[in-house]
Amino acid sequence: MAEPILQIRDFNVLFDTHDSEVHAVKNLNFDIGEGECVGIVGESGSGKSQLFLGALGLLTSNGRATGSVKYRGRELLGLPERSLNKVRGSKITMIFQDPLTALTPHMTIGAQMMEALRTHQHVPRAEAEKRCLEILDLVRIPEARNRMGQYPHELSGGMRQRVMIAMATVCGPDLLIADEPTTALDVTVQAQILEIMRDLKKELKTAIVLISHDMGVIAGMADKVQVMRLGEVVEGGSTDEVFYAPKHDYTKALLDAMPRIDRPMRKGHAILQPLSTIGAEKRLLDVEDLKVYFPIKTGGFPVSKVKPLRAVDGVSFSLRQGETLGIVGESGCGKSTLARAVMKLIEKTDGAVVWSGRDLSDLHGPDVRKLRKEFQIVFQDPLASLDPRMTIGESIAEPLVTLRPELTRTQVQDEVRAMMKRVGLEPGWINRYPHEFSGGQNQRVGIARAMIVKPKLIVCDEAVSALDVSIQSQIVDLILNLQSEFGMSMIFISHDLSVVRQVAHRVMVLYLGRIVELADRNSIYEDPRHPYTRALIAAVPVPDPKAERGKQHVTLASELPSPLDSRAQLSFLKSRMIDNPDAEQYRPKLVEVATGHYVAEHDPA
Amino acid sequence: MWPYAIRRVLGAVPTLFIIIALTFFMMHIAPGGPFDAQRHLPPEIEHNVRAAYNLDKPVWEQFAIYLGNLLHGDLGPSYKNHDFTVTQLIEVGLPVSARLGLSAIILAVVLGISLGTVAALHQNKATDYGVMGLAMIGITIPTFVTAPVLALVFGIYGLHFFGFDFFLPAGGWNGGAFANMILPVTVLALPQIAIISRLVRGSMVEVLRSNYVRTARAKGLPNHIVIFRHALRAALLPVVSYLGPAIAGLLTGSLIVETIFGIPGIGRYFVEGAINRDYTLVMGVVICYAAFVIVLNLVADILYALLDPRVRFA
Repeated sequence: MAEPILQIRDFNVLFDTHDSEVHAVKNLNFDIGEGECVGIVGESGSGKSQLFLGALGLLTSNGRATGSVKYRGRELLGLPERSLNKVRGSKITMIFQDPLTALTPHMTIGAQMMEALRTHQHVPRAEAEKRCLEILDLVRIPEARNRMGQYPHELSGGMRQRVMIAMATVCGPDLLIADEPTTALDVTVQAQILEIMRDLKKELKTAIVLISHDMGVIAGMADKVQVMRLGEVVEGGSTDEVFYAPKHDYTKALLDAMPRIDRPMRKGHAILQPLSTIGAEKRLLDVEDLKVYFPIKTGGFPVSKVKPLRAVDGVSFSLRQGETLGIVGESGCGKSTLARAVMKLIEKTDGAVVWSGRDLSDLHGPDVRKLRKEFQIVFQDPLASLDPRMTIGESIAEPLVTLRPELTRTQVQDEVRAMMKRVGLEPGWINRYPHEFSGGQNQRVGIARAMIVKPKLIVCDEAVSALDVSIQSQIVDLILNLQSEFGMSMIFISHDLSVVRQVAHRVMVLYLGRIVELADRNSIYEDPRHPYTRALIAAVPVPDPKAERGKQHVTLASELPSPLDSRAQLSFLKSRMIDNPDAEQYRPKLVEVATGHYVAEHDPA
Repeated sequence: MWPYAIRRVLGAVPTLFIIIALTFFMMHIAPGGPFDAQRHLPPEIEHNVRAAYNLDKPVWEQFAIYLGNLLHGDLGPSYKNHDFTVTQLIEVGLPVSARLGLSAIILAVVLGISLGTVAALHQNKATDYGVMGLAMIGITIPTFVTAPVLALVFGIYGLHFFGFDFFLPAGGWNGGAFANMILPVTVLALPQIAIISRLVRGSMVEVLRSNYVRTARAKGLPNHIVIFRHALRAALLPVVSYLGPAIAGLLTGSLIVETIFGIPGIGRYFVEGAINRDYTLVMGVVICYAAFVIVLNLVADILYALLDPRVRFA
């Protein structure tokens, strides 16, 4: 066998903390071969990121790495900074998650790319510029020359991540370490980024380490996989072995917990009850032509114009008792705004929201507060949405104290304890604070707080998006079980189409504030009609290596257009578009193609 | 940028007006007047004096007259420093104060940024604790202690090195000679060095932990490039915000330093004018100070936007 590019032996990463020493990575041994893609899977705290930060001398000052990391036979650990810098950034490069914070905000894209090239290869400026343009072209950045003069904040998330990849590729590395390169990105953008990385591997023969929590992403990319948990590799092997014949219980559990877009349920987990068993046919909520516009100031002194940002632009739907409506769409499609406008957390611009036959437009002040007994919301970031100065007991009790003032103190306490038990929290933790809990536990607190008043409608706004797969699966189980017990309706908002498939009876796909498709879940996932829905579903990676390899990678060519451009909503109906960004445009209508299956008008493919 | 600057300057006009009005009426509400401390004058002479300065008119009218003169750039005569107009007093004193203040701030910026950066790079090591300890002392010891102590040590006793006697003037302006400036500039700069170095250390520590500094290091860039090109610029942002008002304060002089070192600046006018009810003088220095604050804050905001391209002029 040829000599590996990177050989890792008895590798450990340790951190000194105030209390003790944290062993973040324990006794790791593996090789990375020429042109190979190695996937490192693990949940938060598994040490998967610290592993390579340690190998390249990038740990924070309280961390240290021991053991051996050899690049083409040359030991990297313990090298002085100056010698390490000959390898780091030139032969071994890194891409980080969150390209907004990972790029220097006050330097142009061009400057940041060229400094890497000029530090390592001492090429003249003109030559460096030419090479950068070539690489930007390779990662398919349009108008590369203009981009070179732009700052990171002027680019979209997907473009920034392409710049990161370009920056890491420009010196012609042997090994590219990508740490969660697509985690914060929308699925269609993720698909584009993965495609670019696949091309790099094929065309430049660069070996890639792909660190990810997403088994689906790994399945389609990696030749070999290492599964990490709490600093240790629990299982390693070829991708097919790990996915189709996992040996370790943790790997099996992880694969089972992972929601899959091609399956309506997870093995061994709670399933969505059919509507007939939980709800009545009674319609609880009717939303008619709801619009939420935000005025956006464009241009500056002395002439500024105010343009409406159409966050939600004419959305109608209804919700029955006990029904879960999934709302999916990419960032900026208006899914959160829609839910908040329905709940009267923000003012709507136009349209009607009718709740149990009552138009909510007329409600003000105290009436709205009474309404909260029937509507509750669970937010994305469980820690940030709880008051850090209140005990979890106080947080959970608060809606009860406000909305049911007739209860005595002990009754409130009893209710809180009962609800804590119900959501899987130890009632004895009632006096603890949010920072003492993990993300999953805090989300249970958030759910308990929402459920305590026994609402008729719960809005879950990306409620499981920030959680690790196994925790996410537990929270999804909890939500499904609570629904079958209490029979509440739900609006489940998520950018993750796979999770929505597990929890929603019907699914609404939003594109720039308008519905493009609305149908029951099986129709949406198995028979999507709108090209946008199709692209979204195709972009979601499945934790099945063979399926992923065989997949035709259809990606949306363009970026999401600016929502201030009135033409944007007509991206799929170009035949009706008036070519003027300020013109009043045609709005695609919803057409019922089958019973209960609505699709927005679009040009034939 | 220019439309933004013009808009800000125009926006400052009402602010200035409010400051002028508040100062004017507060001065007049305060008991006593500019001529009360003098020996008793015969009523008709006092009446004439008051009439000459319009003090016999209602306050509203006095204010209107003052504003009218102000629009012509006339700050009026000083009530106490006879034969001088306020404009003349400021014209003489301001350059002296400004020269001291500017020297002090330049010294403070250079030393403060350097010390803060060094401390941040050696976070939680002896160097860091040493610099921050000194900075703490610099902040806590007031100038009315450092000024006389330094004057005593360097000016009166002098230092004796290798058989050389080393003296600095303990006071006086001497037309702004370099030797005369050393002690007052040092006294003015010390607390500023301390404050700036603490600001820089704090933000630098944060920036050094940021993702983009990690990226820069992962790119294999040499240390000095990582620090100067990637980290320092972002770390200076809080200093820029601080410097706007700080420079305004230093340029318009310090009562303590100017009194102790006997420097003919405008710092003492604030207090002397207020005690003597020298209405026009107080108004003059307040307007001067307010204008500095407004302009320097604008400069700081523009500088901030130049350092951080994410900030837009809005």
